[in-house]
Amino acid sequence: MKQKWWIAGLLIALAVTLISPWASAWPDGLERVAEDKGFIEKAQEAPYQLIPDYVFPGVSNEAVATILAGIVGTLVVFGLAYGLGALLKRREAT
Amino acid sequence: MHIPDGFVSIPVAAVTYVASGGSLAYAVRRTNEELGDKQVPLMGVMGAFIFAAQMLNFPVAGGTSGHLIGAALATILLGPWAGMLIMASVLVVQALIFQDGGLIALGANVFNMGVVACLVSHYAFTWFKRLLGEGPQGTGISGFVAAWASVVTAAIACSLELAISGTSALAVALPAMTLVHILIGIGEGLITVAVLAFLTATRRDLLELRPG
Repeated sequence: MKQKWWIAGLLIALAVTLISPWASAWPDGLERVAEDKGFIEKAQEAPYQLIPDYVFPGVSNEAVATILAGIVGTLVVFGLAYGLGALLKRREAT
Repeated sequence: MHIPDGFVSIPVAAVTYVASGGSLAYAVRRTNEELGDKQVPLMGVMGAFIFAAQMLNFPVAGGTSGHLIGAALATILLGPWAGMLIMASVLVVQALIFQDGGLIALGANVFNMGVVACLVSHYAFTWFKRLLGEGPQGTGISGFVAAWASVVTAAIACSLELAISGTSALAVALPAMTLVHILIGIGEGLITVAVLAFLTATRRDLLELRPG
């Protein structure tokens, strides 16, 4: 029973992605400075694109595409960080 | 504050890759010594939450937004070393899958938002906690300060990298980056305190897992 708390935690993280389509579309701090100070054009395109701009490709509804991208990323990072922790935790006598 | 490719020169990219790689190697060793069974799922949940929360840009000032970095939150809950590994996980996934932050600039992004932000959070939180004492108020204020300071110092590190790379003069980049991130840092502080308050109310035991 005590072990189930992390499922609730993961669900909260996934729930957060549901509001991501309503996030501010304004440039972030670094982008704003790069635009204002005239070095934004130095930014290079990525060599490949998987899910650029947090919009899942091939989904016409942009809100759904954003949420989908968020769910994919949230689950991948969960697996990666959980896996790192499981791999690295100190060995304890059980 | 994810730096795209093209903003940092190859030498700056190389040095930050080495610095981040070395820090992460040390973080792996420390995590290996400190991390207990109970903290393993918390690492996953923190990574998941930080990734999701980073998608939520909030407006700060005329036409500018910011979003949570999350290094302070991860550090307060799991210590700076596990925190660094969580931040690296988030940043690697963002660069590889979402093209957010460049591949060449990944070392710099991990350095700013992982290494610098986690260490600053750690020292700010520990020092303020010592000053203000235990208890929810001490934790709240220390958490806010740690979160705010982590964003501002990460922004300063970022402007130094831009300046050394010849992308923007330090006299231009430093004040501009610092000023906007002083505002974004307030958002970081508020979100961090809100999550800490939520955990205090619901799962107080998770606040006591911090190693060290």
